[in-house]
Amino acid sequence: MLADHDRIFKNLYGFHDWRLPGARARGAWDGTKALLAKGHDWIIEEVKASGLRGRGGAGFPTGLKWSFMPKNDPRPSYLVVNADESEPGTCKDREIMRHDPHLLLEGSLLAGFAMRAHTCYIYIRGEYIRERERLQKAIDEAYEARLLGKNNIHGWDFDIYLHHGAGAYICGEETALLESLEGKKGQPRLKPPFPANAGLWGAPTTVNNVESIAVVPDILRRGAAWFAGLGRPNNTGTKLFCISGHVNEPCNVEEEMGIPLRELIERHAGGVRGGWDNLLAVIPGGSSVPCVPASQCQNLLMDFDSLREVQSGLGTAAVIVMDKSTDIVKAIARIAYFYKHESCGQCTPCREGTGWMWRVLERMVEGRATMAEIDMLYDVSKQIEGHTICALGDAAAWPVQGLIRHFRHVIEQRIERYAARPVAAE
Amino acid sequence: MAVRRLDPNQPKEFAFTPENLRWAQTVIGRYPPGKQAAAVLPLLWRAQEQHNFWLPEPAIRYVADILDMPYIRVYEIATFYTMFNLSPVGRYHVQLCGTTPCMLRGSEDLKRVCRTMIGEEGQVTADGTFSWVEVECLGACVNAPAVQINADYFEDLSPDSFTLLLAKLREGVPVKPGPQVNRQFSAPASGPKTLTGETTPHFEPRAKGSDHAPRLLDEPEDGKADDLKVIAGIGPEIEKLLNSLGVYHFRQIADWTAEDVAWVDSRLSFKGRIDREKWIEQARALVSKEKLSV
Repeated sequence: MLADHDRIFKNLYGFHDWRLPGARARGAWDGTKALLAKGHDWIIEEVKASGLRGRGGAGFPTGLKWSFMPKNDPRPSYLVVNADESEPGTCKDREIMRHDPHLLLEGSLLAGFAMRAHTCYIYIRGEYIRERERLQKAIDEAYEARLLGKNNIHGWDFDIYLHHGAGAYICGEETALLESLEGKKGQPRLKPPFPANAGLWGAPTTVNNVESIAVVPDILRRGAAWFAGLGRPNNTGTKLFCISGHVNEPCNVEEEMGIPLRELIERHAGGVRGGWDNLLAVIPGGSSVPCVPASQCQNLLMDFDSLREVQSGLGTAAVIVMDKSTDIVKAIARIAYFYKHESCGQCTPCREGTGWMWRVLERMVEGRATMAEIDMLYDVSKQIEGHTICALGDAAAWPVQGLIRHFRHVIEQRIERYAARPVAAE
Repeated sequence: MAVRRLDPNQPKEFAFTPENLRWAQTVIGRYPPGKQAAAVLPLLWRAQEQHNFWLPEPAIRYVADILDMPYIRVYEIATFYTMFNLSPVGRYHVQLCGTTPCMLRGSEDLKRVCRTMIGEEGQVTADGTFSWVEVECLGACVNAPAVQINADYFEDLSPDSFTLLLAKLREGVPVKPGPQVNRQFSAPASGPKTLTGETTPHFEPRAKGSDHAPRLLDEPEDGKADDLKVIAGIGPEIEKLLNSLGVYHFRQIADWTAEDVAWVDSRLSFKGRIDREKWIEQARALVSKEKLSV
């Protein structure tokens, strides 16, 4: 269990002043210039040493990602902050942007400097209108105080521009985000080339999640060793967890990486509705990761490696809890609908496959299917996974695989029940 | 993915107000020269805001002309991004999240309230007050179920509180966005279990104007750090911390001024120990010993 003095997001619940004076009182913008003075490469090495892994769902080592940026390129380099938070279950970046925006802004300057960028675009989802207004006010404050902009007090010209979307989950995928920023439909690009080589307007770009950037000032101020001392190797630091669904007190909370799932739910979210034994399953990292049945939740730790061992993933650490009242087939069918709705349409396996999987699952909710279709559904999901331009195909396939892997018997019962239903006489 | 079409009934034309036009130019200035297409989303959004929260076809051509983009490219944007309302909406456009985390907390019941109080999805009430549509995850999952009405989120809803909210909007009674129960944003409903103490930083902010760090090194001189643990008060954890700050040698510590001490002290969790445990004195003694033994 994390102690308060190890927490980074001290205004997570918005009890305190989000403006510059309040942010400074909590430690933001303290000694930033001295940190910059240690040089681009020192910052990259510190972030590498901290073990920070991307907080947007993929968990790619952040310092390593920054090291891909060129040190000497005639093109301008860009930092792009991914504030398109749209993964079902996830609602943490919103709290950072509206209650502690200056941590994000300071982190952007530090990260931008590390990768030798003078310009940063923050891409915030279209729905977060009040959060966007608040963040813009914080940016204006920072410019006013000459913390940002040209000829600022830090000696590294740095502009932050706030851009926004208009309703498209796919724009959270980094290359779709870049396409959208450039003024096009959010349709992902093939990788390689990766954004560090060909990104925004073809220039070297790094796209990072809000939380990944916002923890950087604390890592640099308190030291990589402090961050790496929390959690365990390869899974270090603190994490914002979003606990939703069938718990008594859904909430956001910052906890240590690797906290046991049961402790997370019982200590912070009031426990599973009806008690721990009423748990049916958990989706541990946002709708894109497979569900984990209660039988595997007993000693489950909330970090990247532990969740991979149960064929799931930490993702965004959005914990969706389902108790025994849940129609698990319907819950996954609705997730399948989400992916069908959000598919950008560019590549066939996703454009056709997401709709197909949803329609089959809707019939399975009723039981209006055959036993053979369960394996067929799994098979089709395997033909989508790994065969699409971006990870939305994988993200649509995984929940379906989790359902079939752990709850095949529920689908089978439905099918039998539908087949045996009383039919009106002729 | 879904097919989205323009409304059959369109106004004859559209133009930004002078203020919006001025604003549009500042937005274009956020992007490099020649890359003004990037402004298409903000400009279309402002056009929608100016036009009773729906986007008519003339506005698509108007924005395309400002940005020197082919009409088809802006039409693509208007149909791709689902927050653009291509048909008229009510004065209060209710966007109800139906994705699984909200579904688990009762969004289906809220849909029933919408059908009762507003009507079918996508239709505007006769008096023009309301319209509703089911949307995908709004990103307020720990405050589920949630709806977005125009620019604001209304969260932690029940059928009763949602019915009351819509009634208030209809009557022009002021409403408060956010959780519709007594709850502080995303904290647990019974009160926060964390961050219950003071929120002053782990280290004190330095006095204004003092950005002063002591002499720090990127790596130990001659590749060999001193064993700082010899100093009483410095254990393995603090030594690691000092190394990470760039302090490797007794002679660095021996040279610290009061300002340097303040700088380092602010990075320790246990305040005041540098003075209390007399690190500088110990360091100086060790440096003298080194000098003597050379």
